[in-house]
Amino acid sequence: MNHIALKMLMGDRGKYLGIVMGLTFASLIMTQQPAIFLGLMSRSYSFISDVGLPDIWVMDSKVQFVDDIKPLQDTELYRVRGISGVEWAMPMYKGLLKARLVDGTFQTCNVVGLDDATLIGGPPVMLEGTVEDLRRSDGVIVDIDGARDKLGKPSPIPGGKPIPLKVGDSLELNDHRAIVVGIAKVTRTFQSQPVVYTTYSRAKSYAPKERKLLSFVLVKAKPGQDFGELTRRIRATTGLAAYTREEFMSLTYEYFMHNTGIPINFGISVLLGFIVGAAIAGQTFYNSTLENLRQFGVLKAMGTSNWILLRMILLQAVLVGTIGYGLGVGLTALFGYSMRHSILAFKFPWQLLLFSGAGVSLICIFAALLSIIKVIRLEPAIVFKG
Amino acid sequence: MNSPSLAVRCQNVIKTYDTGDQKVTALNSVNLEIATGELMMLVGPSGCGKTTLISVIAGILDQDSGHCEVLGEDLLSMSNQHKLNFRARNIGFVFQAFNLLPSLNAAENVSIPLIINGIKRAEAERKAISVLEQVGLGARVKALSSELSGGQQQRVAIARALVHSPRLIVCDEPTSSLDHETGHNVMTLLKDVALYKDRTLVIVTHDARIFDFADRIAEMDDGHIVKVKGTKG
Repeated sequence: MNHIALKMLMGDRGKYLGIVMGLTFASLIMTQQPAIFLGLMSRSYSFISDVGLPDIWVMDSKVQFVDDIKPLQDTELYRVRGISGVEWAMPMYKGLLKARLVDGTFQTCNVVGLDDATLIGGPPVMLEGTVEDLRRSDGVIVDIDGARDKLGKPSPIPGGKPIPLKVGDSLELNDHRAIVVGIAKVTRTFQSQPVVYTTYSRAKSYAPKERKLLSFVLVKAKPGQDFGELTRRIRATTGLAAYTREEFMSLTYEYFMHNTGIPINFGISVLLGFIVGAAIAGQTFYNSTLENLRQFGVLKAMGTSNWILLRMILLQAVLVGTIGYGLGVGLTALFGYSMRHSILAFKFPWQLLLFSGAGVSLICIFAALLSIIKVIRLEPAIVFKG
Repeated sequence: MNSPSLAVRCQNVIKTYDTGDQKVTALNSVNLEIATGELMMLVGPSGCGKTTLISVIAGILDQDSGHCEVLGEDLLSMSNQHKLNFRARNIGFVFQAFNLLPSLNAAENVSIPLIINGIKRAEAERKAISVLEQVGLGARVKALSSELSGGQQQRVAIARALVHSPRLIVCDEPTSSLDHETGHNVMTLLKDVALYKDRTLVIVTHDARIFDFADRIAEMDDGHIVKVKGTKG
């Protein structure tokens, strides 16, 4: 009876395409919007994930997320270094400073100061130059997206694209001269500001004069040292906050989840996609069943059991669901691929396939259930009504 | 147990419909016997209970009381599954509105009863084509119902009613949607192809032009069989 079910489904091409399009739309919205959401949220902690070497991040106990800088005194670095279980501890400066561009305009940059000796915490991928080039006089490394766009020199053609900043170009950071010695690839951050790497001491000279300028202490645990135990020891000894990399990422992620409107905005989009998809696909599928009701009655009169009719409707639902889901997910992947070089945040983990798959399945179950109830309650004697 | 020569025996069959605040008696103590191999027509005005009676005889509607044996089986005492199997094996249907599945071609439509009976699709379609040839539609086996005339659609419906060799065929106004000549041809076909000594035909009709095809005619009115008369001799 399967081929009869499929032919009944596809008999009315318009309705069949309507159901598939409804499910495609629902699947697309339920996959694409969460992918953008996940992309955005992963940007909130991308700076932490880019700094791969340290095991533990130490900071002021009031820090709520990675950009919530509450500077420490430099002496805290030495206190952390003195704690047992610490292999090494390095300073890091992170702050927003204004860069004066060639055309006289200003651009806020995320300036990162690395330990002068070891340069630990540097950019994950160097495209031009090396991290060691930071040791050159006034040297800074600029991220490629910032160099191409926000820090780029104005185009000679009005309205044209900016000319990317190159190695050897200079810029002013808080009235201090800085020379670009390298171009790096970093993961985009939530604020999407250009990232400028330099040494810790140079970063302090760029920053406005303050008593406290140390943003983080990056800690490597000794081999075999339990991270949880070490973070507890650092907290107890210094009164500072200490998190493993994962804990700090989670802290940042949770802050954005609970203190911004992003989750609810995307949640509403996903819910609307689900409701509209369910309404279009459910209604069209149900209408298609209603139009075929007499045919189901004929099959019932001829001796087809409710169980077989139920299987026929489920097969129809599974088919349109699979096609709609596949098209929606495929379009999402295509969207992500075409946007891979743009500023748009997009993250498409396999778990998202399960999420949207569950959403589309729910719509199909809902649509099929309405039809199944109608067909099971159908009296076969309907076939004798003219 | 029914007499072997009787295909249908109804005794004191009563069926009422609840229409909200009042009950309508569609069958009021109906008694009817139909012999095996007989072509029986049920005639009467609209609402007299003809369709309800063939629905009960075909096993798609349960009577409220009374006794109805079809092909020796008491349908009321059967389980739902048993009744489904009984219908699938033993009953063929021909409807006024043909009730062909529009997305299936003629051969696929005719093969449905065989598929319901568990025959593989390819074999069912082979047999369907041979029955379509018997009803004169060998050249239109791939045609959709929308590509067939009314008479051709009714021939497909007849082939569908015959394909699984049922012992009872119930027809509801099989000629009402057809012109006189086509209706006559359809009845000739039904009588020639469908009727033989082990198969019984029950036809509900208003169409007086086809009364001559019947062996006997049962006239109904107001839920009763008011007269049963033979047409021969």
